[in-house]
Amino acid sequence: MALLDIANLHAKIDGEHGKEILKGLSLKVNPGEVHAIMGPNGSGKSTLSYILAGKEDYEVTDGSVTLDGDDLLEMEIDERAAKGVFLAFQYPVEVPGVATMTFLRASLNAQRKKRGEAEVSTPDFLRLVKDKAAHLGINQDMLRRGVNVGFSGGEKKRAEILQMAILEPKLCVLDETDSGLDIDALKVVSEGVNALRAPDRAMIVITHYQRLLNHIVPDFVHVMNKGRIVRSGGKELALELEANGYAEYQQDAA
Amino acid sequence: MNADIRPIRTQAEQAILASLGSVAGGGDRLADLRRAAARSFEENGLPHRRVEEWKYTDLRSLMREAVPVAGTAAIAEADARARLLRGVEARRIVIANGAVVPELSDLADLEEGLSLTTFAAAMAAGDEVLSRIGGIVPSRYDASLALNTALARDGVVITVAPGAAIQRPVHVAHVFASGTAAAMYARSLVVVGAGASFTFAESFEGADGLAYQANSATEFVVGDGAHLDVVRLQEEGASAFHLSTLLFDVGRESKVHAFTFGLGAAVARTTLYATLSGEDSHVGFNGATLLKGRQHADSTLFLDHQVAGCESRELFKTVLDDSARGVFQGKIVVRQAAQKTDGRMMSRALVLGDEAEMDNKPELEIFADDVQCGHGATCGAIDDELLFYLRARGIPLKEAQSLLVQAFVGEAVETVEHDGLREALVERAEAWLAGRA
Repeated sequence: MALLDIANLHAKIDGEHGKEILKGLSLKVNPGEVHAIMGPNGSGKSTLSYILAGKEDYEVTDGSVTLDGDDLLEMEIDERAAKGVFLAFQYPVEVPGVATMTFLRASLNAQRKKRGEAEVSTPDFLRLVKDKAAHLGINQDMLRRGVNVGFSGGEKKRAEILQMAILEPKLCVLDETDSGLDIDALKVVSEGVNALRAPDRAMIVITHYQRLLNHIVPDFVHVMNKGRIVRSGGKELALELEANGYAEYQQDAA
Repeated sequence: MNADIRPIRTQAEQAILASLGSVAGGGDRLADLRRAAARSFEENGLPHRRVEEWKYTDLRSLMREAVPVAGTAAIAEADARARLLRGVEARRIVIANGAVVPELSDLADLEEGLSLTTFAAAMAAGDEVLSRIGGIVPSRYDASLALNTALARDGVVITVAPGAAIQRPVHVAHVFASGTAAAMYARSLVVVGAGASFTFAESFEGADGLAYQANSATEFVVGDGAHLDVVRLQEEGASAFHLSTLLFDVGRESKVHAFTFGLGAAVARTTLYATLSGEDSHVGFNGATLLKGRQHADSTLFLDHQVAGCESRELFKTVLDDSARGVFQGKIVVRQAAQKTDGRMMSRALVLGDEAEMDNKPELEIFADDVQCGHGATCGAIDDELLFYLRARGIPLKEAQSLLVQAFVGEAVETVEHDGLREALVERAEAWLAGRA
């Protein structure tokens, strides 16, 4: 059974005259696989990531999404997280007044509680964070500050990867993780992501550019346009897109 | 239109009128103050919505029932009911039903430089310090303060000697401890000598289900170069009325900080007056109010910058659940002589309940031409993007809301300097959040 099974997914922006964004998208992701989804702006890539995470601004009108065979669309946002869905945000929000450490601990323990596991003890938690943070170049000062408050673009993305490393999700959805990163930051973030590749963990890497895929090498590449996947292939497809652009697909789909 | 004819008196007004004149003692000056206060009440009664300062808190229609003045509290009951801030290392004075309970109060072994007596004892002794009572006179009739002046018979009188640094806070625990609804009045005076430092805490509580009326007024005279911290925790019973007044006379180069935390009462009004009468002083008034059900709470400030070079900062946070109503009124007056005044006032409300309401009324009256003054008010729901972010990490909705409310309130609570008091307030905020349905 696939870890994630998206079948004929149709979704529109919530509301009476909400625009349809996803128009019959299907995708199967098995444990251990890394799938890249590429496509022009407005093709519905970010919408897909939000719908997987459970954002309430969209309405699914047809199709299904299952995680480990369970209906993902029926689950609350936090329930999805506890089941192992993790969305690394394109633009992580700043949460003033909620210290990063408090947030990490609340997240981890809420997920563990939901899964019927014991809460992590303070010393174990501190050790865990210290260890993971060091690899991502995140210092104690950042951890003491409010979540993402005053972080640079690169720091925010590193903080997302730190959360991912601590929460150990089954399915990581990385939404334009490369946006706003310079080469050095991209390297640090990619290394962080690669360190999390595991046989029981799958990743969906959403990106506009091929650049990120030099660092996070995917098993599969999908081209998305106008709300569906219009072509799938191996990692070489990304290079082809880099050379030729998306024009061909946009015409096909028109 | 404050002087309209009001021939019909409500039951509450009649009961108050009947009790006026019942307090005596403290010499001619206090007697005169009492008489003047009683007269102003006879003329004006309880304020209503056509009185500008009480526009959003129509006391006349909110407080209708007549209650007698509370009798002496049973010591055991007062002790059992006074629970707030008990874990804080402080010198504790218990005022039950408006009278100091010596058996429950830590009146002995005073630190050097600290003198502490009861208002009743000071009156009996004709203590000179009572000449400071009534030092700040509001420009307009203030019913809450007038009633307190007319009817308070006890409270605490504290003097901190010049230069004394009193480390241990004094905590005055006000408690209503009667089986039936009644009214209680307490008047306190705190005189902080030049260069002294002092932390003063007050708490207010009483039984739920009794529509008792608590009225307290505390006057602070802050000497030159002194440092005063005031922390107030109001958790009156759910049916209670809480009316309180804080008055500050702020000396030169002094630093005054007050934090008011309001969680209780059906109707609460806290009025802060500050007269900045010495140059280069700093006043910081901050507050947080957490309301649910049909609670109504009003924080009203009057800052009078009389002299040059002073700084005032106000940050008030209100959280409104269900159909609660919050009011913030802040008026900063900058007199012609008060050049280089730097005043900033901000009220922020977080609305959780669909039926909740917040009224903000900031006012600036500036007569000097070289000042920096600003005010702002915001009112909004919890940010959906923040909520989604927290939930996407596995934090359930209610817990995510709690974290965000705590963060919202935290910005104000963190201004409390005393660690023990601050932690106690944080704990009360957490308890409030845990109690949300």
